[in-house]
Amino acid sequence: MTGYIMKRLIAMIITLWFIITLTFFLMHSIPGSPFNEERNTSEAVQRNLEKFYHLDEPLYVQYGMYLKSVVTFDFGPSIKKSSQTVNEMLGRGFPVSFELGIVTLIVAVFSGIALGIIAALRHNGFIDYLAMTIAVLGISVPNFVLATLLIQQLAVNLAILPVATWSSPKHMILPTLALATGPMAIIARLTRSSMLEVLTQDYIKTAKAKGLSPVKIVFKHALRNALLPVVTVLGSLAASILTGTFVIEKIFAIPGMGKYFVESINTRDYPVIMGTTVFYSSILIIMLFLVDIAYGILDPRIKLHKKEAS
Amino acid sequence: MELRKQHDNRNLAPDIPDDWFVPKAKDQDAAEAVVRPSLSYWQDAWRRLLKNKLAMAGLFFLIALAFMAIFGPMISPHNVSEQSLANQNLPPSSKYWFGTDELGRDVFARTWYGARISLFVGIVAAMIDFAIGVIYGGIAGYKGGRTDNAMMRVVEILYGLPYLLVVILISVVMGPGLFTIIFALSVTGWVGMARIVRGQVLQIKNYEFVLASKTFGTKTSRIIKKNLLPNTMGPIIVQMTLTVPSAIFAEAFLSFLGLGIQPPFASWGSMANDGLSTILSGHWWRLFFPAFFISLTMFSFNVLGDGLQDALDPKLRR
Repeated sequence: MTGYIMKRLIAMIITLWFIITLTFFLMHSIPGSPFNEERNTSEAVQRNLEKFYHLDEPLYVQYGMYLKSVVTFDFGPSIKKSSQTVNEMLGRGFPVSFELGIVTLIVAVFSGIALGIIAALRHNGFIDYLAMTIAVLGISVPNFVLATLLIQQLAVNLAILPVATWSSPKHMILPTLALATGPMAIIARLTRSSMLEVLTQDYIKTAKAKGLSPVKIVFKHALRNALLPVVTVLGSLAASILTGTFVIEKIFAIPGMGKYFVESINTRDYPVIMGTTVFYSSILIIMLFLVDIAYGILDPRIKLHKKEAS
Repeated sequence: MELRKQHDNRNLAPDIPDDWFVPKAKDQDAAEAVVRPSLSYWQDAWRRLLKNKLAMAGLFFLIALAFMAIFGPMISPHNVSEQSLANQNLPPSSKYWFGTDELGRDVFARTWYGARISLFVGIVAAMIDFAIGVIYGGIAGYKGGRTDNAMMRVVEILYGLPYLLVVILISVVMGPGLFTIIFALSVTGWVGMARIVRGQVLQIKNYEFVLASKTFGTKTSRIIKKNLLPNTMGPIIVQMTLTVPSAIFAEAFLSFLGLGIQPPFASWGSMANDGLSTILSGHWWRLFFPAFFISLTMFSFNVLGDGLQDALDPKLRR
């Protein structure tokens, strides 16, 4: 187990290094400089600006400095908003995005599992079809479309919920709904199919023969095994929620990290793009790592040291 | 005792007259004959797919969408890029079936024009994933051992990359456009396919029928073509039907961030993005039609993919 964790840790660091390097060289191959838009800057000012941000150094020196800054977790100042550092932006944006992401994940996981169980228990019944129709619709409708529909119906037409921003629990309802529907649908489908599979197993028959109550059979015997596939997708779901926050934060004007990221792309703010990308990637990679470890702990049938070959 | 003896005698030397033996009637063969015609794996899968109403509905929608993508812009009485300042933001009517946008362009024509681009992105991305993934995964799985280990390390690193972040980065660098989107989607997209193919090949190459094939001295290329690939086709097709919608989704996502298809070209994603800003002023048709067709396409591919999964993998059938 510890050997496996060590190997995964090393793989994780290599992946991170790969992302950092990729981001760095991609950013520097973009034609145009971040100072192109500034008008009325004399040659000297331009040079001084480049010197301040070390843009005049050779690429490998910049790369070295960048690696060092990533290791010390200091992404330097923003180019466009010179009064702010990337760290400050992350510090301000991350708690908001984190809140949105976690609430969404919790909503998606619980409602998805509930929907999946109900559908599996009423297999081929009306509720099953209803639940699966909801699930397929949830997968099919892009979150930005859903967000717009929610705003138009609930916030503008009926005026029962606030349109945008992020200041009270009431403000959280629409963005969370828009963001959680897709992942919820995926979880519901997965739970349903693995529940159906588990329910045909012999040990469920045994449990029934013992005369256990249906509640106990479902929650103690079936669900524990049925949830394993759900655990495996948690990592990629977290990724989709995370990228979903870019769009949702833009639509609902939520001051999270996604907003800074999208802004920095449009203004070519290198340090902010690189900082947010590296930060996002680290979160995702750590998440995938934790999911893998959790999977190994939850399912003792999987021998982790054997899995390294795969 | 007497009885027993008699019985034994009969058993030991059965005194059965020959005329007790009657040749079996010819028509009794019918009971043992194979009633149903022998079906190949694909025929059987197709039969199962035909029974799945939802999947057939998906297939029908997809054919209809493809048909409209080809002929839709021709049916429309208006040209795709024809601007008419007198007819700005008109709601759907008999003249403009899906209404017009802020430049007076016909949304009907643009929707089907956008369908071409969206479907093109999805299908080309899926085909590139297929080509790279099958070759890469096939080699890794078949060679096994150290080759497999080394090849899978690369896949592991790429798999760990956040897909959309990489796509965004590449789009930023290369500048928005159709080619950029397809390139960006394929850079990391093939990894999933490679993993599936490799897993399948790894499993199947140890089956007895492959061993039998080897024992007969079959060439490696023939084993791969005749034994391995047909048996991995099921999961590959399912994966492809799921790649297409995710590529269309990613294109819509990029267009939403302003990194997608640029005007004067339009895709469903960029049309929806344009429509979003006007939804609050009541021009619902500008968002509704592209969003509806994105959703319908996603829906169709998803249910078709599910149906194919059930049809191609009878072991999972319930």
